[in-house]
Amino acid sequence: MKALYNYLKEVAFAFVSLANGLLLTLKYFVTPWKSIITENYPDNRANPSVADEFAGEVILIHDENNEHKCTACTLCQLACPNNSIQIISKQVETEDGKKKKVLDKWVYHLEMCTFCKQCIDACPQDAIKMTNSYELSCFDRSTLTKILNQPGSKLKEKPKVTAKVQE
Amino acid sequence: MISMIQFSDVLAWIHQLLSSCMAPWLVFLIELVVASVAAVVALLVCVIIMVYMERKVAGHMQLRHGPNRVGWHGVCQLFADIIKLLLKECFTPTRADKLLFVVAPVLSLCVSLLALAPISWGPGLVLWNTNIGVLFVTAISSMGVIGILMAGWSSNNKYALMGAMRSGAQIVSYELSAGLSIVAIVALAGTLNTGGIIESQANGWWILKGHLPAFFAFIIYIIASTAECNRAPFDLAEAESELTAGYHTEYSGMQFGIFYLNEYINMGVVSMVASTLFLGGWQPFYLPFDFGWAHAFNDIMALKFMETWPAWISWVSLAWPLVWFFGKLFLIIFFMMWFRWTFPRLRIDQLLKLEWKYLLPLSIVNLVIIALIVVLGLHF
Repeated sequence: MKALYNYLKEVAFAFVSLANGLLLTLKYFVTPWKSIITENYPDNRANPSVADEFAGEVILIHDENNEHKCTACTLCQLACPNNSIQIISKQVETEDGKKKKVLDKWVYHLEMCTFCKQCIDACPQDAIKMTNSYELSCFDRSTLTKILNQPGSKLKEKPKVTAKVQE
Repeated sequence: MISMIQFSDVLAWIHQLLSSCMAPWLVFLIELVVASVAAVVALLVCVIIMVYMERKVAGHMQLRHGPNRVGWHGVCQLFADIIKLLLKECFTPTRADKLLFVVAPVLSLCVSLLALAPISWGPGLVLWNTNIGVLFVTAISSMGVIGILMAGWSSNNKYALMGAMRSGAQIVSYELSAGLSIVAIVALAGTLNTGGIIESQANGWWILKGHLPAFFAFIIYIIASTAECNRAPFDLAEAESELTAGYHTEYSGMQFGIFYLNEYINMGVVSMVASTLFLGGWQPFYLPFDFGWAHAFNDIMALKFMETWPAWISWVSLAWPLVWFFGKLFLIIFFMMWFRWTFPRLRIDQLLKLEWKYLLPLSIVNLVIIALIVVLGLHF
């Protein structure tokens, strides 16, 4: 008797779970204006909706003072699986006579990039990010090799850790 | 309806017209050819609509648009596809069994078109009015697997052969429960004639008159016929992710097109049988009850109010049964498409388990209950 009950219960539950799925697809079917997520790409080129999370071209973030956060640690270069990042650094001497390594050129080979986002994950300073651009093709291959740091940009100074005001 | 023009009147008039100017054998020949061509053309028009519908249903259920470039909302997409298929070379692989390879699509097409013969399209509108109509359809539709097996075997391709073998196992299994649910309705109607079964639903469809067991029989028939058509979730014969395209892997051009067409013709035939048996074929929706407003509703459904209208306008009522017939046809086809684009494909062992451990015992019990209902006269 228990076996028969279980058998019938299984059949009933099977229908319930199938009905759930059917109702979901029916909802999608009868409300296409709400549910369709396809972009009519060349038609809506003027204002396509691209998710913020979309992994497009890599950029180096510059603030309004033309300062970036890259310390030329080359962790992104090491993380890149297909060598599309080259960090060229140079030694500069600071006022107090110390030698310091700073970023000279952040070379990005877009033609080799697979948009895997590993460089973004590797960066300890959150200096780079991926934009949601996707129209990246061009006729001249050399334009795909980009230098991401803007001319004249420099490393953003970290806010000095000042001693807390004694209370 | 009685005072209005019937299909049988129109057909008798055409017959008289032809007989008045031709020898009887010529009349017979012309009627045979014209009627068959008309049935096939009607079905092909349905297939065109079905293919477009399938692609749109698939698109919208998968959050896509479906075809929307060729013509208004992509309505001309199918014609573009047909032209492409016609222009492509029908390629035969080396070491394939050439004769069987060429014959297989034609054979399966012929078999599925044969099943059209006893279908009743409207009152008095039937190609072959035989007393074994439903039996003939079940017998013919199980022959479709021969074409599939032939295609799989002659392709000289392991995927094609595997797909064909699976299809064989599947159709042999699901024939049983499809047949048992057909038998349930035949027991209720007391006849195998398709026209007779539809006539027996003049006071309500069997799905309503036969209580819950008839409804279960309907569900079992829909499941089993989906499996017989080799459609998802039972499309093991052409499981894309496992067997590339199953039994028609090696086919190209219009030979592939015929297999594709065949799938839709099978769907059409199965839906016609389902609407004949369970949903009253060309009968409008009648309530199987015996009180005031139910009678009024039934009179409206039977277009009683048109009897007082002038004769020329009552011609419109000729289309009424056809509207119901094709409406039900496309309703059931929509169900099958809905299943296809919702459920994941079953594994071969799950497929056979579903049939032999669930559907077959349930349909046998269901048949026994229906037999009791018939014997005790509990149905409406």
